[in-house]
Amino acid sequence: MRGTLQRVQTWAERRLPALTRYRRLESLPIELHRRRIYIVPTGFGIGFSLLLLVMMVGALNYANNAALLLTCLLGAASAASMLVAFRSLDGLRLSHVRAGHAVAGQPIELMLEFDSHRGRSAIRVDVGHDSTAFAIDAGGSTQVKIALPTVRRGWQPLPRLRLWSSWPLGLFRAWSWLYPEQSVLVWPQPETAGPPPHAAADDARHMRLHQGDELAALRDYRAGDPQRHIAWKASARHTNLLVKDFEQPQSRPQWQLDWRQLHGLDHEARIARLARWLGEAQSQRHNYSLWLPGNEIASGNGPLHYARCMSALACMP
Amino acid sequence: MHAMTPPPRKSRVASVVDTRAFDLLSLTIAFVLGLHAMHLPWWLGIALALILGWRWWQRRQRTGRVPRWFKLPLLVLLVLAVIAHYGSIFGRAPGVALAVGLLILKLLETESTRDVRVGISFACFALMAALLFDQGLVATLVVALGLLPALATLRALEPAQAPATLQRTLLPGLGLLLSALPLALLAFLLVPRLSSPLWGAPSPNEARTGLSESMSPSGFTDLLTDDRPAMRVSFDGAPPPANLRYFRAYVMWNYDGSSWSYADVVNRAPAELKAIGIVGYRISMEPTHQHVLPMLDMPLGAPTGATLRADRVVMADKAVNDPLTYTAQSAIQYRLQPELGVRARNLGLSLPVGFNPRTLALGQQWRQRYGSDDAAIVQAALTLFHDGGFRYTLAPAPLGHDAMDDFLFNTREGFCEHYSSAFTVLMRDAGIPARVVTGYQGGYWSKYGNYLLVRYSDAHAWSEVWLAERGWVRVDPTAAVRPQRVSLGAAAAADGQLPWYESRWLQSLRNHWDIVNRWWGQGVIGFDTLRQHGLLTPFGIRDVDTATLGVLLAISSMLFIAIGLAWALLRRQVGDPLRAALHELERKLARKGIVRRPSEGPQHYLSRAARALPGQRDELATLMRCYLELRYAHDEPPPESLRDFRRTVRDFRVVRVVK
Repeated sequence: MRGTLQRVQTWAERRLPALTRYRRLESLPIELHRRRIYIVPTGFGIGFSLLLLVMMVGALNYANNAALLLTCLLGAASAASMLVAFRSLDGLRLSHVRAGHAVAGQPIELMLEFDSHRGRSAIRVDVGHDSTAFAIDAGGSTQVKIALPTVRRGWQPLPRLRLWSSWPLGLFRAWSWLYPEQSVLVWPQPETAGPPPHAAADDARHMRLHQGDELAALRDYRAGDPQRHIAWKASARHTNLLVKDFEQPQSRPQWQLDWRQLHGLDHEARIARLARWLGEAQSQRHNYSLWLPGNEIASGNGPLHYARCMSALACMP
Repeated sequence: MHAMTPPPRKSRVASVVDTRAFDLLSLTIAFVLGLHAMHLPWWLGIALALILGWRWWQRRQRTGRVPRWFKLPLLVLLVLAVIAHYGSIFGRAPGVALAVGLLILKLLETESTRDVRVGISFACFALMAALLFDQGLVATLVVALGLLPALATLRALEPAQAPATLQRTLLPGLGLLLSALPLALLAFLLVPRLSSPLWGAPSPNEARTGLSESMSPSGFTDLLTDDRPAMRVSFDGAPPPANLRYFRAYVMWNYDGSSWSYADVVNRAPAELKAIGIVGYRISMEPTHQHVLPMLDMPLGAPTGATLRADRVVMADKAVNDPLTYTAQSAIQYRLQPELGVRARNLGLSLPVGFNPRTLALGQQWRQRYGSDDAAIVQAALTLFHDGGFRYTLAPAPLGHDAMDDFLFNTREGFCEHYSSAFTVLMRDAGIPARVVTGYQGGYWSKYGNYLLVRYSDAHAWSEVWLAERGWVRVDPTAAVRPQRVSLGAAAAADGQLPWYESRWLQSLRNHWDIVNRWWGQGVIGFDTLRQHGLLTPFGIRDVDTATLGVLLAISSMLFIAIGLAWALLRRQVGDPLRAALHELERKLARKGIVRRPSEGPQHYLSRAARALPGQRDELATLMRCYLELRYAHDEPPPESLRDFRRTVRDFRVVRVVK
């Protein structure tokens, strides 16, 4: 059933360009307009109209005008709900799309920001088979988080998003396709296991422990503590001696991650290894620099640095 | 570092309905059950209400369907109960009982969105079915009210909504219904009616109402306490005076000692009538499931679809199962059948043998005393009723074997039926041909609606005696006992004997309210094929056929769709206020001949304007600076500065330059 539908859809896209006209890439913001909103009755809508037909024939047959009036009222209300469904999409605006970070294979989090002058309810965004519902207050905006599956590293265009709603009664379904001209960067997937960077050994001198000179806390005296570290004034107020404890800065070995040092590996394997090293360096709080062909990133650390390095890796040809 | 498991793909749009939607569905179904409670056997109604309440409580504790072993026996029990009570599952009443039962059982297995939608559709159908029993204004409004929780349930199924309050739950549905009302009315007016039903019309299996073809003492009592409207009469011109408002239904010749009965004689021609005062009128009657059409005494002819029988009784060709409106003419002064044939005379004198000896003796005694003066005998009987200690009551003592003897000489209390019966028997005993006529007498004249409301409680029985040269003459012996019965109506006659809920002020309130019922009955219930075809008469189209109706319906639906689309497409122009202000400034300058060229930017244009209007150079320079700053210095211009700029533009006046 789903396969057939998909085939029909593909055929329609090929044969009926009018339907697909708005499926070209568009730049943000995208405002929904009547010419790109489609509306059909849902299965429930068709069933309900059949029921209305039965009710009408029954009322006519028994010449029961009150029942006929009731049926007409329900029918007219159903028809009016079609316009309400249309109106719940008309004028809706997708203003921004923000993407999070994810490595290939992991879903990437997209933040879609919609705004509208009118309040709207029960609007749904479909990405692939994932559906998320949201509502907007009048004049406000809503951020909708959706997860987009990723496959490979690099720039990945956003897929077509389907906005749809069966508000208010579920009898009609209005929908519109959005195809924002925006791509998200997917980081490369690190290899699962491999050797540590051998450059680490060269930097043994950076791993020398030394005492810092910033006062961090007071602690109890232990045998062997230098006398000059004893906090005499503070100790006078206590029964035992207190010693000034100086912060010991983390040993920050410099990792120089270099594309050129990875011989004997193919292109993607090099990227995967560098990605793993970047991850390890980041989690072990090393300073690290990255050399890539055509791109050299100086030593540094922190999430921004990590993101910069990963993005550079992701953009490798 | 990253787990490889795919993210949870569970759709956030839950397929199991939440408590709110379920509560609303339960409310809708409870409403349907309440509407039908009166048509269901009481034990079934209570059982269904219990099941509904239990299921609601159970779903609050824990979601989940009720197990099959619990549902199936209930289903079987329901069908058995319906068959046991009605004898069949087909027909209106058993069908509706079954439908309501199934609706409640559907609630037992309602868990998903789809279940709720099916339940709501079914509930809408059951709501409509309630109108098959009563299509009055109040009933229709109440049923329409039931659509509100139904629509609210459908709305509650949609995900992601603003938090619900009672108003947000019910009011949008009301708004939707109200906005749909014009289209609904139009469709109602134009949907072509069926000239004949597609399948069998509902069998009138409910108890017959109204007058019956036979009259036995105290058989009238139920009727006289039934104050539902029987018919509404509007007259061409002034209504006849109260004491002439006799509506004739059955003429009864046959008396078997306890009851009078009507015998339909088909092939005899109507009795000859000489009419003097003719009144035209129109009657809208409630369904009685009988053939007889009450007519103002004395009908000149039968309306279409009915025939005039021998005794000027009008019988419709089909039983009146739906509200019916007919027009007719009657003579309020007349001479009926001046020549009485031998056969009719014998029939008008026949009495069962061996009944009522004392009445017979009294009749014969009168005949001896007054000789051949029939009118004097009639007067003697009326005098007897008036002065003989007779009392009008709706709760008379029961009568024995010789009912008339008992009534005339023992109990001396009763109502119209007793008096007309006794009077007719007396006349026959005295040798005057006489018969009993039943129908309605009186009614409430609605000044505002200009019509006469006749209730079942206005049912009446009187007599007709045949007098030489005058023909059949109407004599109302009840009037001799209780003149108010004729001049003021049934309620006045029974004054002091009615329970509180039929007290006079309440009655008067109901009489006034009836004008709405009449409007509803004529405008909505009585809107049939004939009226529909005459719909366009004011526009010069005499008869609208079905095809024209269809075309009209299509055209006017288009019109409504256009209006609806206009509303749907309506978008408030949320333009750029800054640009609008600049446009205003440009308009003002353009009037003085300084038109902005298409290729010209605002700075160049305003500078040019400043040069052209040296007197206002400073003002224009300030405006330009403000505009440029507002436009280009911010993403969004600050609202205060924007307001100032707009005010400055509004106040800006171009001063004419004298060159």
